[in-house]
Amino acid sequence: MKTWKFIAAAAVSAVAMASVAVAQDTFHTVRPPTDPYPSTYAPRATGPVVIRAATVLDGEGGEFAATDVLIVGGKIASIGQNITAPAGAQEIDGRGKFVTPGIIDAHSHLGVYPSPGIPASADGNEATQPNTAEVWAEHSVWPQDPGFTRAVAGGITTLHALPGSANLFGGRGVTLHPILGARTMQEMKYPGAPYSLKMACGENPSRVYGARNTSPATGMGNVAGWRQSFAKAQEYDRKWKEYWRKAERFEPKPENEQPRGFFRNTHKKKGSGDPPTAPDRDLELETLTGVLHGEILVQWHCYRADEMAVALDIAREFGFRVSAFHHAVEAYKIADLLARDNVCAAMWADWWGFKLESYDGIRENIPFVHARGACAIVHSDSEVGIQRLNQEAGKALSDGRRAGVQISRADAWRWLSINPARAIGIADRTGSLKVGKAADVVVWSADPLSSYGVAERVFIDGAQIYQRGQAIAPPSDFELGQSFRERAR
Amino acid sequence: MKLLAVLTLALALASPAAAQTTLIRGGRVVTNAGAVLERADVLFTDGRIGSVGANLTAPAGARVIDAAGKWVTPGVIASMSEVGLSEISGSGAPNDASIRDGLISAAADAGRAFDPAASAVAITRLEGVTRALIAPDATGTIFSGRGAMVSLDGAADSIYLDRAFEVLELGEVGAERAGGSRAALWPYLEAALRDAREYPARYVSGQGGAVLHEIDAAALKPFALGQGLFLVRTERASDIRELIRFKRANPTLRFVIHGGAEAWLVAEDLARARIPVIIDPMVNLPDRMEKLAARLDNAALLSRAGVTIVIAPSPGTVDAQQARLALQLAGNAVANGLSWDAAFAAISSAPAQVFGVAGDLGTLQTGRVADVVIWDGDPLDVMSAPVSVFIAGRDMELVSRQTRLRDRYNPVQR
Repeated sequence: MKTWKFIAAAAVSAVAMASVAVAQDTFHTVRPPTDPYPSTYAPRATGPVVIRAATVLDGEGGEFAATDVLIVGGKIASIGQNITAPAGAQEIDGRGKFVTPGIIDAHSHLGVYPSPGIPASADGNEATQPNTAEVWAEHSVWPQDPGFTRAVAGGITTLHALPGSANLFGGRGVTLHPILGARTMQEMKYPGAPYSLKMACGENPSRVYGARNTSPATGMGNVAGWRQSFAKAQEYDRKWKEYWRKAERFEPKPENEQPRGFFRNTHKKKGSGDPPTAPDRDLELETLTGVLHGEILVQWHCYRADEMAVALDIAREFGFRVSAFHHAVEAYKIADLLARDNVCAAMWADWWGFKLESYDGIRENIPFVHARGACAIVHSDSEVGIQRLNQEAGKALSDGRRAGVQISRADAWRWLSINPARAIGIADRTGSLKVGKAADVVVWSADPLSSYGVAERVFIDGAQIYQRGQAIAPPSDFELGQSFRERAR
Repeated sequence: MKLLAVLTLALALASPAAAQTTLIRGGRVVTNAGAVLERADVLFTDGRIGSVGANLTAPAGARVIDAAGKWVTPGVIASMSEVGLSEISGSGAPNDASIRDGLISAAADAGRAFDPAASAVAITRLEGVTRALIAPDATGTIFSGRGAMVSLDGAADSIYLDRAFEVLELGEVGAERAGGSRAALWPYLEAALRDAREYPARYVSGQGGAVLHEIDAAALKPFALGQGLFLVRTERASDIRELIRFKRANPTLRFVIHGGAEAWLVAEDLARARIPVIIDPMVNLPDRMEKLAARLDNAALLSRAGVTIVIAPSPGTVDAQQARLALQLAGNAVANGLSWDAAFAAISSAPAQVFGVAGDLGTLQTGRVADVVIWDGDPLDVMSAPVSVFIAGRDMELVSRQTRLRDRYNPVQR
């Protein structure tokens, strides 16, 4: 289903470009920009690097002892034993250490809910109406959030920053590299990564808006809100498609054939007439239309099994895909449905009970989802948790094993890299150590599925951006020059 | 027949709770009183440790547990939590940790709200946590209420140490409650202590308290007289220095700091003032303005300076569900430079000492209460878990709501 939508979208784009090309002074086909805030991230120039004789977890279930990883031109060039490195390659002794793909957090609020958490910095949730699909998290990202530096030290190479969960539609999420020293959001933005739409099930929207005596106040109000909005989006989509169809057929009359005088308004000619008028742009519906076209990936905050099941039916009703359910505390109850519909669940290892919809949280949620063949992800939703997602995977792995689910640590690493990469639409470029993919790589001091393994080196696109024990340079401007820091040198 | 039925019922009720004589054989024993014993036995009878050592003889009728390849430790003490104060903490469900009304603050008494049947008690216990400090969060004044130490055995008489401490907010939260400024906070504290010391005279005379209601003044009095421990929530180095000055002026008062994100900056002063610190080794973000200097090796730096440290969640993250994370917190302190022994002590013997129960809890020594946990590996590693938990010598069933849900939905068993 997704495939034909992508093809359709591509076809529409091709037609669009053609029509723009023939557009004349008198008529332009209106086409909302698809990338108005383009990434300016550029990988740092870097020489080849070879990590020798480490235990390698490739992120797709492979574990290789005493193995070398060669990085050339920012990509994984080779994985194997006794690799011949190009002259001048930086040699890193990996004996006793572990090498993994960089951790990808599919659910972060870094930048949008930065430190310090004071009222002026609470930019993460436009909780002013239940549908704010028009807002984009990237426009709240503060690149100086000190949380980015801490995340890198935890082995994070990519994160997906999302709006908060007060609204049925919270707005667009953005994929970022935690680039230290970035001055702008654009310098952190993952080039070409798809946008997401944050949606939220359950208690949050009905509590926030119910308390204001507006809809939604109930679970059924939530569902009505989503359905009504998608119905509007379908209509909006239809109007634009009709406009583009007319625009494509429209032939402006040559200047010398323009009728004059009395006949001006009655003149008719085949294939011409008044130029079609573009519908008014509606940023909210533009985002929802992107979802219907499969271009914007749905990241749906949803705790309860029964609510996820309804959400899957809504997706079917309106013909879109859910990329991942987030938090998904009860995913273990419907792992078969997730597997059936090819939907990921992004989960904590052990959070539970802080509200009714998280009451049934169990420590085996992640391994049980994995065991049923669904796509399991360890996510943080926390500026603290993002620093040690590897430990969360360790907890889930060991609890799963105790319950009888046999999972290798190499398979468990899927929860941290390739599965979140898939959920945010970048799995073809990163998320595993495969030749040709981006060299987003972490060297760990010891087994990272334990309390004691810490990230020693972190590479993004082959450039080392962090080394444990060295000052993280440059620090966030916010933290630069604070008096105790100067003294602590 | 009837008698037999009654006897059988009595036995059935008594047996899971009975403190059977037990010998745990051949484990790696962390006593917290001397070096780790690589292969040793732990014997306990009637809820107390009988002896710890190599090749102990099992008394007749003792239950013998083979712990070869396993770790044996004292039970973990969760040094700050709201366990048992709610079944579900949010969603508008009742939460006895949260006190909104201003009438009761210093007098709030967490021990009286503790429910040993709350699901979190069993859920926390089966992670090897045998005791917990619980605190209320009254918001009316800078005093958030009196905390207790509870047993997590789920029994009716779970309060182990009543009114163990009074929570005193002396950071940003306290300043906010005192009118928005630290400049008002300290005079407020002094006035409150005066109100408490002069209770009941000034209330009987009709003068009343300067800042405290009568009921709060009454509750605060023993603490104001140095008979109880103030658990002071404060983070910033300059606030901690002010506390040290305050203690110098009021030497009878007893303090433990909870928070202390910037405590490493005043480590020597804290060691000299003998003020212990309850810290969270994952705090490394300037998420509040009072925590700009937060760093991951705070625990290691304080320990090196000779400060007694206890490990527990930071003031902002104390909750009813995750007291069990104390173990992961301690493991992360080790990953950031604290010795393993100091880290484990920080969740067992150190809190026992700080809260005045070291004669009973926190170590595996003859005569101590038999809170004993057997682990399948290093307890500070997230990959490990308990295989047996004993509280006061009683073998706890490792069953909770969560294990029941796990077993209902386990794909392996389907």
